[in-house]
Amino acid sequence: MAIVAQHTKFSKIAWPILAWLVALIFFFPIAYMVMTSFKTDADAVKPEMLFSFTPTLENYANMTENYDYWRFATNSIITSVAATIFTLVVAVPCAYAMAFNPSRGTKDILMWMLSTKMLPAAAVLYPMIFLTKSVGLYDTHFLIVMVLSLINLPIAIWMLFTYFKDIPKDIIEAGQMDGLTTWGEVREILIPLAWGGIASTALLVFIFCWNEAYWTVRLTTTEAATLSKLIEGNRAPEGLFFGRLSAVSTAAVGPIVVLGWFCQKQLVQGLTFGAVK
Amino acid sequence: MGRIVLENVTKSFGETEVIPPLNLTIEDGEFAVFVGPSGCGKSTLLRLIAGLEDCTSGAIKIDGNDVTKVPPSKRGLAMVFQSYALYPHMTVRKNIAFPLRMAGMDQSDIDARVDQAAKVLNLDAYLDRKPGQLSGGQRQRVAIGRAIVREPAAFLFDEPLSNLDAALRVGMRMEISELHNKLETTMIYVTHDQVEAMTMANKIVVLQAGVIEQVGSPLELYRTPRNKFVAGFIGSPKMNFIEGDAAQKLGAHSVGIRPEHIDVVEANGQWQGTVGVAEHLGSDTFFHIHNTGLAETLTVRAIGDISLTHGDTIHLNPRADEMHRFGADGLRIA
Repeated sequence: MAIVAQHTKFSKIAWPILAWLVALIFFFPIAYMVMTSFKTDADAVKPEMLFSFTPTLENYANMTENYDYWRFATNSIITSVAATIFTLVVAVPCAYAMAFNPSRGTKDILMWMLSTKMLPAAAVLYPMIFLTKSVGLYDTHFLIVMVLSLINLPIAIWMLFTYFKDIPKDIIEAGQMDGLTTWGEVREILIPLAWGGIASTALLVFIFCWNEAYWTVRLTTTEAATLSKLIEGNRAPEGLFFGRLSAVSTAAVGPIVVLGWFCQKQLVQGLTFGAVK
Repeated sequence: MGRIVLENVTKSFGETEVIPPLNLTIEDGEFAVFVGPSGCGKSTLLRLIAGLEDCTSGAIKIDGNDVTKVPPSKRGLAMVFQSYALYPHMTVRKNIAFPLRMAGMDQSDIDARVDQAAKVLNLDAYLDRKPGQLSGGQRQRVAIGRAIVREPAAFLFDEPLSNLDAALRVGMRMEISELHNKLETTMIYVTHDQVEAMTMANKIVVLQAGVIEQVGSPLELYRTPRNKFVAGFIGSPKMNFIEGDAAQKLGAHSVGIRPEHIDVVEANGQWQGTVGVAEHLGSDTFFHIHNTGLAETLTVRAIGDISLTHGDTIHLNPRADEMHRFGADGLRIA
């Protein structure tokens, strides 16, 4: 009994301390970035001003007035929302077919889709740039939406497949006996039953789209440039303008952090891939 | 109406033939039970009738219409699944109303039919609950309710009671039988439990490896099994089989006799042996007897309480006219 009591006491104190420590380590870079965004570029590089500084909104004012923050933000929203919708429109029927009418090749196709994630993006970078320029798609919303969708389709299909697999086939068959069409099955049974899974998938895909930088930086100039491009544009090789860079970065990650905060439960569910329910 | 005819129906999964050519007629209003060991193709056969699987060849006719290529919902059949297969996100009312809503029926007609079904199945109090808030038996009633409201030509039941506990199973068995008496609609019921088959059916179809071994009323199958498989499958406890020389003396390759057709006598029995296990149920006593020289274990059912126990010598008289004789091919010798 004594050992158990001791053990409980230890866990009650030690685990929270450890958890807080880890959380603080993870949170520090973000806190640092947010703090720096309220410093002048000169103050930002002074170590003695790490915590004690005179806050200024100069960087934010500068960002909206001179760098057209809202245009980049609008592009990020448009491309991420459109790509998330398009990804789901393709992935839901695809995962439905694989979960409920599997063929012999279904498992191989799933593995093949995942294997595309292993392709080094740099290998196809130049062909992509030349190709998109030659067909006039370079720096268009359409291109970015397509690229974001294609990057995220494998993961979306995998996630939805795992969620749909948990729905008993009998229920789908009962629906068939009751007169449901294929579209009816999706609308009346699949979507209501897998709503949590679909929401988690949508949320993750949206976050991945928002955070995507490799392609959005390289396939855009001005028209379809997203917030990743804005951050990239404020990066100075000499390491100057930290305040400005931090303001841009804070404004870019801000919305997604807030979104993530409100949807923690769904996110955890999504990240555990339907394993914990 | 619900007369179902299967003509040379076959089913193969890839190279594997699950159901070789099969012919069967189920008359309107009949309660037909498909029974057999697991993997015998009884559920596949039901799914073929339902339309959830496609026939590899052959034809299925319902009331004379060829429905082989007709989708499940257009066959006029309703199915009750082993897992109940209720829609977990809908209330009981919505579950029962679902097929009617899909058929585009008026809301007032839907309400009337749902209320009537709920009354028949004692579900009135649960209409606004979700399936997750119901017990197993109640869920099964909802599944039956969803089938009833469609007023189908026939009901298909796929092992509907196997997820219920023993006491509930007996109750639901009665309810389904009563429902059949009330509705007089064709019912096809799949089970691996021969007791369910014997108690519920007008017509039992015994299957093994996709082949129909025998079709008949419960008592026909009990009294005149066509072969050793049916003889051993129908009846509880199982029929005793006597093989080899002992059977030759009785004039057959093997001889079957049911436990209830061997009488226990005080002395000078035709057969004798040693009691291995004696199960005293009060109303009956089951003896598992060794050293008879007939079979490894002979099971005997005696009426009433007989006070013989383990190790006692027991004297037996078989009823000669209740013996079943089978040839080397396993078929009954008339």
